[in-house]
Amino acid sequence: MTAARTASNQEQLSAVRTLTLGGAINAGLRAAMDRDPKVVLMGEDIGALGGVFRVTDGLHKDFGERRVIDTPLAESGIVGTAIGMSFRGYRPVLEIQFDGFIYPAFDQITTSLAKLHYRTQGKLTVPLVIRVPYAGHIGAIEHHSESPEALFAHTAGLRIVSPATPQDGYDMIQQAIASPDPVMFFEPKARYWDKAEVDTTRVSEQLDGINGASKGTAEMSRARVAREGSDVTLLAYGPTVRLAMQTAVAAAEDGISIEVLDLRSISPFDYETILASVKKTGRAVVVHEAPAAYGTGSELAAHISEHAFFRLHAPVMRVGGFHTPYPGSKFEHEYLPSLDRVLDAVDKVMAH
Amino acid sequence: MAGIGPLSEEGLVRLLDHTGARVTDDRFGPYAEHLTVADLRGFWKDMMLTRAFDNEATSLQRQGELGLWVASLGQEAAQIGSGRALREPDYVFPSYREHGVALTRGVDMPSILRVFRGLEHSSWDPAAHNFHIYTLVIGAHTLHAVGYAQAMDWDGLVGSGDATKDGAVICYFGDGATSQGDVNEAMVFAAVNTAPIVFFIQNNQFAISESTTRQSKVPLAQRATGFGIPSVRVDGNDVVAVHAVTRWAMEHARSGAGPVVIEALTYRMGAHTTSDDPTRYRSSADEDYWRDRDPIARVETYLRSIGELPEEFEAAVLAEAKDMGRATREAVRSWEAAPVVSMFDHVYAEPHSLVDAERAWFTTYEASFTDVEGK
Repeated sequence: MTAARTASNQEQLSAVRTLTLGGAINAGLRAAMDRDPKVVLMGEDIGALGGVFRVTDGLHKDFGERRVIDTPLAESGIVGTAIGMSFRGYRPVLEIQFDGFIYPAFDQITTSLAKLHYRTQGKLTVPLVIRVPYAGHIGAIEHHSESPEALFAHTAGLRIVSPATPQDGYDMIQQAIASPDPVMFFEPKARYWDKAEVDTTRVSEQLDGINGASKGTAEMSRARVAREGSDVTLLAYGPTVRLAMQTAVAAAEDGISIEVLDLRSISPFDYETILASVKKTGRAVVVHEAPAAYGTGSELAAHISEHAFFRLHAPVMRVGGFHTPYPGSKFEHEYLPSLDRVLDAVDKVMAH
Repeated sequence: MAGIGPLSEEGLVRLLDHTGARVTDDRFGPYAEHLTVADLRGFWKDMMLTRAFDNEATSLQRQGELGLWVASLGQEAAQIGSGRALREPDYVFPSYREHGVALTRGVDMPSILRVFRGLEHSSWDPAAHNFHIYTLVIGAHTLHAVGYAQAMDWDGLVGSGDATKDGAVICYFGDGATSQGDVNEAMVFAAVNTAPIVFFIQNNQFAISESTTRQSKVPLAQRATGFGIPSVRVDGNDVVAVHAVTRWAMEHARSGAGPVVIEALTYRMGAHTTSDDPTRYRSSADEDYWRDRDPIARVETYLRSIGELPEEFEAAVLAEAKDMGRATREAVRSWEAAPVVSMFDHVYAEPHSLVDAERAWFTTYEASFTDVEGK
């Protein structure tokens, strides 16, 4: 690393910057790589190209091909070899190019990665981060718009998170990298270009001592109250947080006060924050892009029913994709939750 | 290898034939020249102890002390010959039948059975023995092994020329595993990264009931060519030849020259596991043929033929084997399961609120029974 670059990084780290979500994750990766030489990036086309979404842009040039590795085109191989590297203290951060191409790695993720800490009674930690650009609304061809998070949330041993804002993109990627547990980091690809101000200093105090990361792990596992309200709680994460915020604005015109929770973490869910909000409003609607059936929203609905039943004015509603394969992109606006569908669910819970 | 099938014995590297006679091999013979008679006696002893342990484990399963056992019977030469070619800095990724290799890495042998008694999913500290835990998902560990090897290279532990420092990975798997995608990906990743790894295929001729002929049309070692990896086929029941080729391969990998594939043709003399019944799929003639090629008998015959298996040594080894059996039996019977609530431990390295909540619920649930029973 050159002295000039270190200086420029210091300057970046001390500033509030306007960043896109993709740019914030890029900056977070850079900060993590500067902080810990054991952090290595691996994936397809993440080197000279900078990734198909350019999230690793410039890192190959600055950190070299040993730390930003273009891998063979084999997802199981990417995850499997990274697991072996972690046994020697490395912290690989992997990019799976698109959601729909993660399945070749499903076995390595669920049978090896998720279980190794358990199987060795804690003798081995596997601090991998698997970055997955996911979800729809980019008009893509098939296999490029899926939301497979529930498949992984069902597996004990993995942490599942999804940032919705540039601030969280910057903070949470570093919290995930510092965590000793494997983290699936689902990036809402349609939001990569959303811009916002990012305070690049606030995360650093959570990362003191790269292996003493409890504070960071706990922080990324906490839901964020994105908007306060009193009639209905909208539960969203990743790509649907913006939709939930838009719903809240639209509903306010009809005199309905909506509280929006940006869940951030799917495994674990922050039930403390969730139940506090739902007990306050008495109504909950879950919004995610993944199919509603058998989904994370089903888990939330069941948990809320078990723990806040007598505080509910209405059944918990789910708004999500349908039990079909992801359709052609000409259909995705109807397949995915839309403002009208979320408002419809809000009307239903408000009818009680 | 051209034109022969996956079980052909043609062209196997061999330094001790099945009658116990020495044979020469210009290429690999020199890698066994350093072996003394004491070394060969040591191999024999290791193989005897492995078999004693293995037989005891089979008995314990039959007595209901273990849920399952995966015997290494018949594969002792492949395991001891290769295991004894390793150095301290080398790191081993076993599959789940490498009890002989475990012995060479100083693993407490009875502790292997904790997994098969259902007490836990692994028992030894991998870092203490440079011997990873067993992996039951066929071929999954081959990728871990390649990544580990790449990281050894990054850490400057390869190709320095310092014998006390340089190491490589050896990864064991079977003939069935070679059909897995992970194994093929492992060879791709190893080749393009010039990873310091030796892929050691124990071709024991069976994936449970399926012959190696259901996995391949050609010798398994031949596949390495397509990945750009040098390979060698060795008589897996010849402990001397296995030792020689492994020594060569590990030196190649440690020097930074990249991966090697070894295929050791052996024979699974027992069942796949204690739940298997080989009489349904293979002939007794086949079993008789391979019983005549028992890897322990081979080196034993050789040592006798040169008058180097003294009675007192043999008696001492037999006594030690008996002790191994007794110690194993006693250990297994002494093990109690940990408190049930420990099943919630180590799911994550840091607190996870769902696991914590379930643990708390379970603790209360269990306590409710205790109250009712007044205990």
